Amino acid sequence: MSDVYVLGVDMIKFGRFPDRTVPNIGAEAALMALDDAGLTIKDMQAMYCGNLGQANAMVGQRILQEIGQTGIPVVNCANACATGATAFREAWMSIKAGMYDVVLAVGVEQMGKGLLGGAGGGDGIPKEGLLGSGTMPCVFAEAGMEHSKEHGTTFEQFAKISVKNHHHSTMNPKAMYQIETPLDVVMNAEMISYPNTKLMCSVNVDGSAAAVLVSEKKAKELGMKRAVKVRASAMASDPYTDRDLVMPDVNACTRLAAEQAYEMAGVGPEDINLVELHDCFATAEMLHYENLGLCKDGEAGKMIDEGHVELGGKVPVNVSGGLLSKGHPLGATGIANIYEVCTHLRGEAGERQVEGAKLGMTHVIGLGTACGIHILEKV
Amino acid sequence: MSEKSLPAVGYLKIPDDGNPYLEGHKCGNCGAVFLGERSVCSKCFARDKMSAVKLQETGVLHSFSVVYRSFPGIDVPYVSAIVDLDGGGTVKGNLINIEPDPEKIDFGMKVKLTYQDALGRKDKEGNSYLSYFFEPA
Ligand SMILES: [Zn+2]
Repeated sequence: MSDVYVLGVDMIKFGRFPDRTVPNIGAEAALMALDDAGLTIKDMQAMYCGNLGQANAMVGQRILQEIGQTGIPVVNCANACATGATAFREAWMSIKAGMYDVVLAVGVEQMGKGLLGGAGGGDGIPKEGLLGSGTMPCVFAEAGMEHSKEHGTTFEQFAKISVKNHHHSTMNPKAMYQIETPLDVVMNAEMISYPNTKLMCSVNVDGSAAAVLVSEKKAKELGMKRAVKVRASAMASDPYTDRDLVMPDVNACTRLAAEQAYEMAGVGPEDINLVELHDCFATAEMLHYENLGLCKDGEAGKMIDEGHVELGGKVPVNVSGGLLSKGHPLGATGIANIYEVCTHLRGEAGERQVEGAKLGMTHVIGLGTACGIHILEKV
Repeated sequence: MSEKSLPAVGYLKIPDDGNPYLEGHKCGNCGAVFLGERSVCSKCFARDKMSAVKLQETGVLHSFSVVYRSFPGIDVPYVSAIVDLDGGGTVKGNLINIEPDPEKIDFGMKVKLTYQDALGRKDKEGNSYLSYFFEPA
């Protein structure tokens, strides 16, 4: 099986574009990724497109209607917050399978403002606030509180994660926000669902990101200089755990995918130089330090307290600003974090560059549950 | 419109001659307890080993959040709680009759089920609903 390389990758600056269409937003990133690869739509042999909000509306084909209708096969994917990673992984698999040498993966989302999630629906009466809360800030608060119960993790420790990611985003011109949020500002922001304040919840934004994936043969032909090797692509659904059907278990699913990714890459967590992980809420990031093996179980609080996950630390996490400040356009997120890691591996991340980065990891998790992990390597 | 209250969820049972209770479905092979009917166990994959069981009224608080922002029209703050019932089964619901202050809620505290009107919520036909809540035991 051929190794697979990312030859071109880019994202648009995340923001709010209510006057544009979903395909139009997606087309912009697609063209940027093609330019980055030095290729055109005519060179693409297949396209995988990730979008959630219009999952039944042929977004991939409509993107091609904006950038070039060449008749290539298009597959549209929806997989909750793992949608973009799923599109990327499908593209990767098609090259692994030997079907194609050059494939385009696009992730795009146009979001409304406001709360996501909510319990129940359907017949009868609304269940939100009657049978607990199904809002995302609450679901991830409950997952974080489980960590507090087991390890004594504090509100302040969770809040520090938001301080860190907002700080990182001041160095990322493509992030939605570039503002410092000191600890007292984060902790005193509107409490949404304890311990998640408003600044500890991801920002709903519109955005798109895209990647051109190529086979080893094609990479050698086109030039390896800026190519990034995909060392592992792993995906898991939620294995049975005792409370999973009532309290979505983001831990077991991530651990399963992480184990597979490390095995496929033949590396361990100690070899990873930077991680873009799914900080949909500050509470979630805390859990994933342990889930991804960046530290031992129970030591996540120490990771943030001691600065190991900051830029300049042992393993910087979410130097892009993460979903908390860069923003979280659901279907685009899984490719945007691949863009971030590739940018560091290429040594092109400017002020926020993780020095000497050789191996990076991306992680997304969508409730329901889908976890996608990629390990990328500097060539 | 129904004379008596309807159950807010399918796994809340309201017998004509007795007290309301929560119904679980227990796997005869591995003992896993699910809310809602099913024929295959997602833990051990056994088929047709499920039987309906009455869940116990008491349990311990596994995790929670105090919800300060919800959808429009929903009263806040309230406590969203995950409870492991004694004898098996995990259930999510509102924890009531306690101050909605994270400092005053203890993990592992004992709680019990109570059945009350569904906060006055009615469906389009005007039917009333009965729901379940947790309160400190
Ligand atoms: Zn079973």
